[in-house]
Amino acid sequence: MAYTPDKPKLAETSEQLRARIPGWGADLDPRDRPSVPREQFDPTFSGAHWEFPERQPELSPRERSIEHAFLTPVFGTSCPPRGLSGMIRRYSYAKYSEGRAAHWLLLLASDRVDAVESTLRSFVSRRPDNPVTETGVLAEGSRHGLRSRREGRRADKVHHPLDPIIVAAPWVLGAGLAYAVLRRVVGRARG
Amino acid sequence: MVYRGPYRVRVEQKDRPSIEHPNDAIVRVTRAAICGSDLHLYHGMMPDTRVGSTFGHEFVGVVDEIGSSVQNLAVGDRVMVPFNIFCGTCFFCARGLYSNCHNVNPNATAVGGIYGYSHTTGGYDGGQAEYVRVPFADVGPTLIPDWLDEEDAVLLTDAVATGYFGAQLGDIKEGDVVVVFGAGPVGLYAAASSWLMGAGRVIVIDHLDYRLAKARTFAHAETINFTEHDDIVVHMKKLTDHLGADVAIDAVGAEADGNLLQHVTAAKLKLQGGSPIALNWAIDSVRKGGTISVMGAYGPMFSAVKFGDAMNKGLTLRMNQTPVKRQWPRLFEHVRNGYLKPNEIVTHRIPLEHIAEAYHMFSAKLDGCIKPLIVPSA
Repeated sequence: MAYTPDKPKLAETSEQLRARIPGWGADLDPRDRPSVPREQFDPTFSGAHWEFPERQPELSPRERSIEHAFLTPVFGTSCPPRGLSGMIRRYSYAKYSEGRAAHWLLLLASDRVDAVESTLRSFVSRRPDNPVTETGVLAEGSRHGLRSRREGRRADKVHHPLDPIIVAAPWVLGAGLAYAVLRRVVGRARG
Repeated sequence: MVYRGPYRVRVEQKDRPSIEHPNDAIVRVTRAAICGSDLHLYHGMMPDTRVGSTFGHEFVGVVDEIGSSVQNLAVGDRVMVPFNIFCGTCFFCARGLYSNCHNVNPNATAVGGIYGYSHTTGGYDGGQAEYVRVPFADVGPTLIPDWLDEEDAVLLTDAVATGYFGAQLGDIKEGDVVVVFGAGPVGLYAAASSWLMGAGRVIVIDHLDYRLAKARTFAHAETINFTEHDDIVVHMKKLTDHLGADVAIDAVGAEADGNLLQHVTAAKLKLQGGSPIALNWAIDSVRKGGTISVMGAYGPMFSAVKFGDAMNKGLTLRMNQTPVKRQWPRLFEHVRNGYLKPNEIVTHRIPLEHIAEAYHMFSAKLDGCIKPLIVPSA
């Protein structure tokens, strides 16, 4: 017990565990594990044949953390910032370090703006957003949604009703806004 | 696949990625997986997740094109690609900390580069696609050994390596009592790996009965459904003669359930970097002087963690993204010897075209889903 010197006895000895569980103790020596010690200096181990890598061309201005001394020699080029969300992202990177909550909150806000902008943009494209297919909600039927949610005492049942609200709310608000604008336009046209 | 906004993904035709750096390779993906941490992106929790980006940091495939300076790979090679993108020679890589590479992520210094995991980890497209750009092709990818099953290979690119690394960070000694929070893929592999390091008892905690059943059969673990107990911390104390476990592994991360306030403020309202329910339970369940290994992924914002208890108990908290490639030589041995059987936890194999349903199923934990693999058609 915690109140006396010795550690509580285990139900099985090491020999019993070795007999029952394949590989038990294969990495028993804590010093002989792949990430021990944590830092092992060997710049040649990885297969790299450079000390500092050649630089990837920066074909368009690439936002970066102000905690970096310079743009890293290699970087991702997926989805460059665009629109209002892009302006927010660039501002967040240019103004705030990673240590500031404002940096991350602005990026989260830009993500939400990006989702709205992209959905609006999709409506004038050949492939408008489709909330039914994109949410994969049809899996509720094909993957036993009701039965899966009823099984056992799942702790997430209590907030499952929030998910459809989070998903549907922007669509409902958007539709309401579009209806209000349309009604006003039609009202004005009728004089 | 492309992300369209929180809870929405779809399949789109994008341009085939091209060589952007002399040490790039383009890999044709033959198998990919959805990781539990992809759900943080899917749910809109990770800052700077842009509409149009492609997720996926667990994939294997065939080299389709190489850049001019690539020496260690050739077109046609079958490769497994660690989820970390790393240069091999920065201060951190030179010390084996490949997950902390400083030369691949301009967007943040606190985290390295990860495929398909938002611009916060570098803005790279991921492998839930037909083709993917693989930077530093001489450093990251490894040829898939002939004897290694392709599904085992894709699971070794993150989930197995992360579970195994999590057990290492627990600094497990012979006879230690190890409690693993979370019976998802990483938790299952962490539990199985704990035995390899000589654990005397392994307990897995979750709220999904079907995953706990897998923990019993796959990882030979005792299991607890925390919804069956008023207070899981008290229950853990009773199970360990009121001492507490020697080691606790948090294999849950940012969207933990079990406390509605924590879950809603983090996972739904995004007011915390993550819901630290499992981490707080770990702090309270482990014995004084014990070790906590954090494998669950959290966002970069602050989280309401019980540091006071951690300090008063003299705990050691260890954590990192996994330097995957460093784990592989030993993991190859364990898989070849039959000590770890990665693909036993795969529950679904889904064509890339149906990835929206796959995400919904995995997110809502439908149909007994533990680990879904994605099969591209190219």
